[in-house]
Amino acid sequence: MISPRMATGMQEKQYTPSLLNFFIYNPKFGPREGEEEKKILFYHPSDVEKNEKIRNVGLCEAIVQFTRTFCPSKPAKSLHTQKNRQFFFEPEENFWIVMVVRNPMVEKPNKEGKPPTIEYQEEEILDTVYGAVLQQCYSMYKLFNGTFARAMEAGGVELLTQKLEKFFYRYLQTLHLQSCDLLDVFGGISFFPLDKMTYLKIQSFVNRVEESLSLIKYTAFLYNDQLIWSGLEQDDMRILYKYLTTSLFPRHSEPELAGRDSPLRPEVAGNLLHYGRFLTGPSNLKDPEAKFRFPKIFVNTDDSYEELHLIVYKAMSAAVCFMISASEELGREFCEQLDGLVGPQLTLLASDICEQYNINRRVSGPDKEPQFKFIYFNHMNLAEKSTIHMRKTASVSLTSVHPDLMKILGDIHADFVRVDEDEEIIVKAMTDYWVVGKKSDQRELYVILNQKNANLIEVNEEVKRLCATQCIVTRHLNGYTQTLYLALIVSLLWNAII
Amino acid sequence: MSEEHYLELCDSPVQFENASSVNNVFFDEANKQVFAVRSGGATGVVVKGPDDKNSIAFRMEDKGEVKCIKFSYENKILAVQRSPKSVDFINFMPDLPHSEFSQECKTKNATVLGFCWTSWNEIVFITDQGVEFYQVLPDKRSLKLLKSHSINVNWYVYCPETSVILLSTTVQGNVLQPFAFKCGTMSKMSKFEIELPVVTKPAKIILSERDIAVATIYGQLYVMYLKHHSRTGNNPGAEVVLYHLQREGACKRSHILKLNTTGKFALNVVDNLVIVHHQSSQTSFMFDIKMKDTDSNLNIHQPVLPARSIHPYKIALTGPAAVGSQTPVPCELYSSTWSVFQPDIIISASEGYLWYLQVKLKPVVSLLQDKSKLMEFLLRRRDCKMVILSVCSQMLSRGDKGSLPVVAIVFDKLNQVYKEYLEAEQSYTMAVECGPSRGSTAHKRPVRTQAVIDQSDMYTHVLSLFTERKDVSHKFIIAVLMEYIRSLNQFQITVQHYLYELVIKTLVQHNLLYMLHQFLQYHVLSDSKPLACLLLSLESTYPPAHQLSLDMLKRLSTANDEIVEVLLSKQQVLGALRFIRSVGGHDNISARKFLDAARQTKDQMLFYTIFRFFEQRNQRLRGSPNFTPGEHCEEHVAYFKQAFGEQAFIKPVTL
Repeated sequence: MISPRMATGMQEKQYTPSLLNFFIYNPKFGPREGEEEKKILFYHPSDVEKNEKIRNVGLCEAIVQFTRTFCPSKPAKSLHTQKNRQFFFEPEENFWIVMVVRNPMVEKPNKEGKPPTIEYQEEEILDTVYGAVLQQCYSMYKLFNGTFARAMEAGGVELLTQKLEKFFYRYLQTLHLQSCDLLDVFGGISFFPLDKMTYLKIQSFVNRVEESLSLIKYTAFLYNDQLIWSGLEQDDMRILYKYLTTSLFPRHSEPELAGRDSPLRPEVAGNLLHYGRFLTGPSNLKDPEAKFRFPKIFVNTDDSYEELHLIVYKAMSAAVCFMISASEELGREFCEQLDGLVGPQLTLLASDICEQYNINRRVSGPDKEPQFKFIYFNHMNLAEKSTIHMRKTASVSLTSVHPDLMKILGDIHADFVRVDEDEEIIVKAMTDYWVVGKKSDQRELYVILNQKNANLIEVNEEVKRLCATQCIVTRHLNGYTQTLYLALIVSLLWNAII
Repeated sequence: MSEEHYLELCDSPVQFENASSVNNVFFDEANKQVFAVRSGGATGVVVKGPDDKNSIAFRMEDKGEVKCIKFSYENKILAVQRSPKSVDFINFMPDLPHSEFSQECKTKNATVLGFCWTSWNEIVFITDQGVEFYQVLPDKRSLKLLKSHSINVNWYVYCPETSVILLSTTVQGNVLQPFAFKCGTMSKMSKFEIELPVVTKPAKIILSERDIAVATIYGQLYVMYLKHHSRTGNNPGAEVVLYHLQREGACKRSHILKLNTTGKFALNVVDNLVIVHHQSSQTSFMFDIKMKDTDSNLNIHQPVLPARSIHPYKIALTGPAAVGSQTPVPCELYSSTWSVFQPDIIISASEGYLWYLQVKLKPVVSLLQDKSKLMEFLLRRRDCKMVILSVCSQMLSRGDKGSLPVVAIVFDKLNQVYKEYLEAEQSYTMAVECGPSRGSTAHKRPVRTQAVIDQSDMYTHVLSLFTERKDVSHKFIIAVLMEYIRSLNQFQITVQHYLYELVIKTLVQHNLLYMLHQFLQYHVLSDSKPLACLLLSLESTYPPAHQLSLDMLKRLSTANDEIVEVLLSKQQVLGALRFIRSVGGHDNISARKFLDAARQTKDQMLFYTIFRFFEQRNQRLRGSPNFTPGEHCEEHVAYFKQAFGEQAFIKPVTL
């Protein structure tokens, strides 16, 4: 379970944070003594002895109850201990999800014979980050299974536990707690920068497809794993986007990267008219055995509570999600119709976008490596951009900066959350790094720069200067890049003047 | 069924005394005048003009049977041909003797086939042996020969619009020699041969003047040849062959109009459409030479629409003289007594009527199903605007499945024409601004035809009504609006604010604010102050609209005052001050406005900070921290003193 991250010195071992327990309970389900086990709906790891499960759940229940007396509206969110940290979350009334994370630790060897000393680094993990991870777990469950309450209505505790077991058994394996950071807190959406005309063409395409295949209720359009259009509401799109970019797309990227003749590449089956293919549902339409089952998702759970088929269709770098009411039967005929209609158009559109994107890039000048790295997030439209994160894959998200710097970013963010006012924080980190965080209105910008022997004023000036030059470079880009440009400008406005 | 008649005779025909044994009727194609000559002119000549208002009546001596009679332009000189050798002239200008003078053709033994006026005082005689071009000198009562050309002539056709005369030469008559006349000059154009269906052995005239007509179509001169099918061949039917006649260069066969039937035909050109009347079926075909048939070879045309008869027409029973009570009776259409003249004239000499043929566009709409073809067709017509707009409305109201691609095509076609006009207008304006050009050509303001359908037309007649409809899904409404905006953008036409407003109104109405948000994010709705204000007003229903609006104002870079107002209204006094300082406007802002806002926040420290800022500004600008009376800050100065004490003021620096 515990994997050493890196070894410093000869024998010193460092251990990253890891998942100890994850459980879901409802205190109303076994209120009487002796029935405590009934409260537990899901427990990970499952091989834990029954009494220990009951003890752990009981403890959480007690902590939540106890802290509630101090602040009834805001129950406890986390519990810090030397060895681990517990996170509590009540997504639906009386349903609690608890995640226990073991603190990172350093194992220092002692003289022969003696067991090594273990030093827990209890301040190294951030409440905001893991609190967000916990909430994401629930959101992802809800996207594919609907709410707990609905499952209860449909099939009682039995159905709910079944669903939880099925979902979380796999999902928890994909949680990589050691690489969670500020981006998990934001849960943002990366938007694809695009000129107006190409954007309008995409609009036109979406409208036409929705008109001819009237079963389609919502459509979302992505390019290069970045969002361009969402027919879903923001909150639903946020979690769907997370699923697409961290799970579905990475799983399907390998065949595309593989060469034309690679056995990994799906059968094109003589159809060279277009490059469209289904990422969900049938992998090959020509296959007589093809299955026409699509994953179901739940959206607008607060009001209309819709269950939808999720069809993800991709041609080159353009991916489209079509969402159709789950009550509709989707068969071969529909899929062939969709393939015939969407495939050629999407192929054309994808190459249009690619061409336009390259033109824009050329106009905006050569891709110079910027002298600083940044994370930008806008709470209003969930737009995020990071030059710190290299690539998101199913397994790991790679960052190009030291984890300590990432932690500083998280700390600054936690400070921003505490106050409503716009503010700016500049931190001098170890070595020659400076971290600047700016918050204005709904936007947050974090810049990391490396400058030898700089003082506070110089860093401030440098950030201003870098922002200004960077803005000129991005001026020609449309869409959210301009928003970013503006964010940089706006954030400059808030430099203290008095 | 009556909805299908796409051709009609005009409502107000020119009426004249019908032809009879005592009344001869002549028609002059140049002036479009009908001459009713009674008893050789002795008992009166009545000339009816094209609009039936300015008729002229006069008498002239009966000097024998009139063969041809025509006024020169502006009715200045009357020419009458009574003999095969000569033409007589009568001055119709005031102050000049009214008596006749005569001119015999110069060529010996020639017979005058006819004559044509090419200006108010220039006339061409066409004889069987050539053409003679004269200038008439009315005051001297004589003619001066300007030019002549010898050639054997079978018959001739005149096109007054372009002053071109076509002469039929050679034994078979199928070699046509055109001459163009302009301001006293006569130029010979290159001759060309009409390809006859079969070459008959005996040498005789095969090409008849009845089968040739000349007309301008889309600004180009065409010779139209009615080619009857040969009885021997397997040819399915007659066709009209169009020869493009250019000032320079050879005349080329350019279009073939397939009639797919045989019989007697007559040609008209109306609104650049070639109309072929077919007598035996009593129907007419309509051709548009700009309409390309994708399934056939280039420039072979099938009729645009199925053949239909001209709309039934009723005339008063007792002829033109009668007034009032008689019930009108149906007029016999396609009568054998009809004469057809170019471009669009039909004359019934026996009934005394001259009609203009007209094309009705409404019936075309229901007959031409292909909307793309229909739009192209309509855009080329003269009175098309309202019909096009109604087609658009109709197309949207039905909301058929799969109609969006059609809507897109239609919008693109409209905007193509719109864009061409805007570009022409722009280059005209630029040319005018640059002053008179060095060349002799004066800049011509582009003509705005009805086919130019701009955004306000679309908004008023189509889109604003369409978005109000309750029976159409809002999804479709938004799709259509976006499609129109896409099309405008594609042609790089600046979208008007009211279209954006319509989009926003529709989105807000259906609570699709996230959609609106995304459109703004990609700048589909272009930045403007009114749009930013509209967004501000949405803030209460959709909070992110606030940020969107501020961003837009910032991007506009001309709206700094508005940004300050917005921030102050949100009690973000420091923010407002920082902003105005960053754009360098802090020396000109009203201190009172900021102090008012700071007081309203009830935040003492904020008020202190703002007050101090303005004290420092006063010091910097005027050398004293005190406010001037003109700034009306007395109230705030008093409050500051009360809250922080006398000693808190900046001490004036005295040097």
